[in-house]
Amino acid sequence: MAGNNPTPTEYIQHHLQNLTFGHHPENGWSMAHSAQEAADMGFWAIHVDTMGWSIAMGILFIWLFRKVGKAATTGVPGKLQSAIEMVFEFVEGTVQGAFHGKNPLVAPLALTLFVWIFLMNLLKLVPVDLAPELFAKFGVEYMKLVPTTDPNATLGMALGVFCLIIYYSIKVKGAGGFVKELSFTPFNHWSLIPFNLVMEIIGLLVKPLSLGLRLFGNMFAGEVIFILIALLPFWVSWTLNVPWAIFHILVITLQAFIFTVLTVVYLNSAHEHH
Amino acid sequence: MNINMTLIGQMIAFAIFVWFCTKYVWPPISTALHERQKKIADGLDAASRATRDLEVAQEEANKTLRESKEQAAEILEQSHKRSSQMIEEAREQARQEGERMITTAKSEIDQEVNRAREELRSQVSHLAVVGAERILESSIDEKKHRELVDKLANEL
Repeated sequence: MAGNNPTPTEYIQHHLQNLTFGHHPENGWSMAHSAQEAADMGFWAIHVDTMGWSIAMGILFIWLFRKVGKAATTGVPGKLQSAIEMVFEFVEGTVQGAFHGKNPLVAPLALTLFVWIFLMNLLKLVPVDLAPELFAKFGVEYMKLVPTTDPNATLGMALGVFCLIIYYSIKVKGAGGFVKELSFTPFNHWSLIPFNLVMEIIGLLVKPLSLGLRLFGNMFAGEVIFILIALLPFWVSWTLNVPWAIFHILVITLQAFIFTVLTVVYLNSAHEHH
Repeated sequence: MNINMTLIGQMIAFAIFVWFCTKYVWPPISTALHERQKKIADGLDAASRATRDLEVAQEEANKTLRESKEQAAEILEQSHKRSSQMIEEAREQARQEGERMITTAKSEIDQEVNRAREELRSQVSHLAVVGAERILESSIDEKKHRELVDKLANEL
């Protein structure tokens, strides 16, 4: 456990605190040294650990797939190429099943989301104490390893998807068509336009919110359980965290898959005329 | 768990990764995969075509073999027939030739015999004349006569 024998509450709060760099009202641009300081920074702060690890995982994904892609042979593939191709074909198959329009961006988008989120989630299998303890040795006070347990990361991706939904809705249907669709569904009558608009706009806004919060919620809850298990004495904690980790191999993949599929489905409905 | 600029940062990172993936990661893997799919499909096609061709060729070969066997048998039979026919003909010819030769020989022998007989006859008559002349010329001498007769007899 970190620090000088913290209480369980302190321990949990410490492990759930991001390493924050931002503009503090009193200290100016600096690293936050407590949760309170981080909160005081308001919007003008950045979670260094979330950004760092998510970009690291993104680069790992790009590097790995780019390496295989450059060396890709049409002949007999190597082991790494086979593995990458398996992921590739899985995503391609999913996209073909769920997306009926013609858009060359959707499949690479789905691949990026799936692998990137999978890799970020995968960091969760690193023992909860390892990263904070290790970084504490170098004077870094906080280190929350898993980017997807930070709502900023998941909502950031969900907002990116939301922008694409809006962009393609307008591109495919035209601005007028998009507004018309919002106004005349589900009730195709002029007197119900305000009602329809409220319903549809709520429905539209809920898409990125549910997308981001679902991933965040699952990952965060899992992380909290890991931290709670870590509070148990070491000779009993493994009886719980091993099964929980094994279970999370499923959750990690499943959540990455759900995020990807829902993104594809949303984009598909953005491309379809109703 | 504050919402802050990380949100924007993550959006930018997301956009960059998606852009990079679309531009540099997806196309080469996709190309390689689909080319391989095509290659495999072509290969399978070629294999099934080759199998079919092989079957046809085997059928053809069997047919040719059967035909040639039949032909060979026919030729053999014909040659057998022809050879026995030839033997028969040769035998017939030989027989006829033989008969002809025998006939010729016989007639030659007959001629020869006739001629010899004719000659003998003329010689006998001549001898008789000579003998008579001698008998008449010489004195009657039994011993001499005996000798003469013996001589005559030897000359016959």
